[in-house]
Amino acid sequence: MDNFFLFSSVILCFLALLCLYRVVFGPTVMDRIISVGAIGNKTTATLLFMGMIYGRVEMFVDIALAYALLNFIATLGAAKFFRVRKSILPGSKYFQERKRRIS
Amino acid sequence: MEIVTIIFVLGGLFFFFAASIGLLRFPDFYARMHATGKGDTLGGFLIILGLAVYNLFHGGHGGFDLASILTSVKIIFIAVFIFLANPTATHAVFKAGLDSGVVPWTKEGSK
Amino acid sequence: MRLIATFIILFVFWMVMAGKFDLFHASLGVISCLIVTFLSGDLLFKESRKGRGKEVVRFILYIPWLIYQIILANLHVARLALSPRMSELINPQLIRFKVNLKSDISKVTFANSITLTPGTITADIVGDEFHVQGLSQPVIDDLLSGEMEQRVAHIYSED
Repeated sequence: MDNFFLFSSVILCFLALLCLYRVVFGPTVMDRIISVGAIGNKTTATLLFMGMIYGRVEMFVDIALAYALLNFIATLGAAKFFRVRKSILPGSKYFQERKRRIS
Repeated sequence: MEIVTIIFVLGGLFFFFAASIGLLRFPDFYARMHATGKGDTLGGFLIILGLAVYNLFHGGHGGFDLASILTSVKIIFIAVFIFLANPTATHAVFKAGLDSGVVPWTKEGSK
Repeated sequence: MRLIATFIILFVFWMVMAGKFDLFHASLGVISCLIVTFLSGDLLFKESRKGRGKEVVRFILYIPWLIYQIILANLHVARLALSPRMSELINPQLIRFKVNLKSDISKVTFANSITLTPGTITADIVGDEFHVQGLSQPVIDDLLSGEMEQRVAHIYSED
């Protein structure tokens, strides 16, 4: 059974690499956000597999629960943040408009 | 009971695979959201459920004692949380995409 | 009454999470659950009304049908994602329609169910108008037939 769990986690890591393509080359910011969310979901499952392999599920399940919570909050926060701004860098359209309005 | 775990985990891996392929292949952001919002929810749910079943019979000190039942309940909490949180996150990102002006892909527009 | 119910739910959750049933952990749980109940006790049950037990039973009966629909949805999306003629099969479009649901909780249940089931995502709720994005034509027709809305309305006895 341990080999099966190890095999499944390797497949999950490979799928996370596929999602990483969208994070790096995604055309819009929103693509990157949902890809990071998808990677977080896969990581939650991978953490549980790791716990099964090491035989310490009661410890890893807490980490996985915290990771799922953080993933959800990070997705919500990023969605709310990028709703009005196109980028975290200054010089975006919104930033320039606001500077013009102030001056 | 191991066969149940294997079936659940293989099903979950299949849906994760379909979600990742959909994330790569679909033409625009809104269609990609369909792939992740559904495939990841069911895939994670199935894998976590399969692990809960396995842990119930093989975890703890030889299976089916208080420690293994508690750990399985915790694992099922993760599954329920994913079930509630994933559609909400999908909805929030979708609305943010509409508000920030990502243009939807339509069949007519591509011709 | 509301506060006591909140406290009991929080305490059961604490005990499951802690996993140890001695006096020390129980007293820590009592202290932290009291603080949380005092600070945000009105968050879990917003208003007290009757017939909540019936709603819970009906909701649990609704879940198997929902899971069946979710599996159908996933097979549909997986078939679209893996098929080589994907760009001919999909036809994304934004539609809007009115629903008859009244309370907030039934709207939330309906919106989450829409997001989880065949090829549709709720984009926005304005009053009683739902904005829904569908991935292809058959699933939109399926949604507009209104079977799911009737089931959700039946849970909260609004039909």
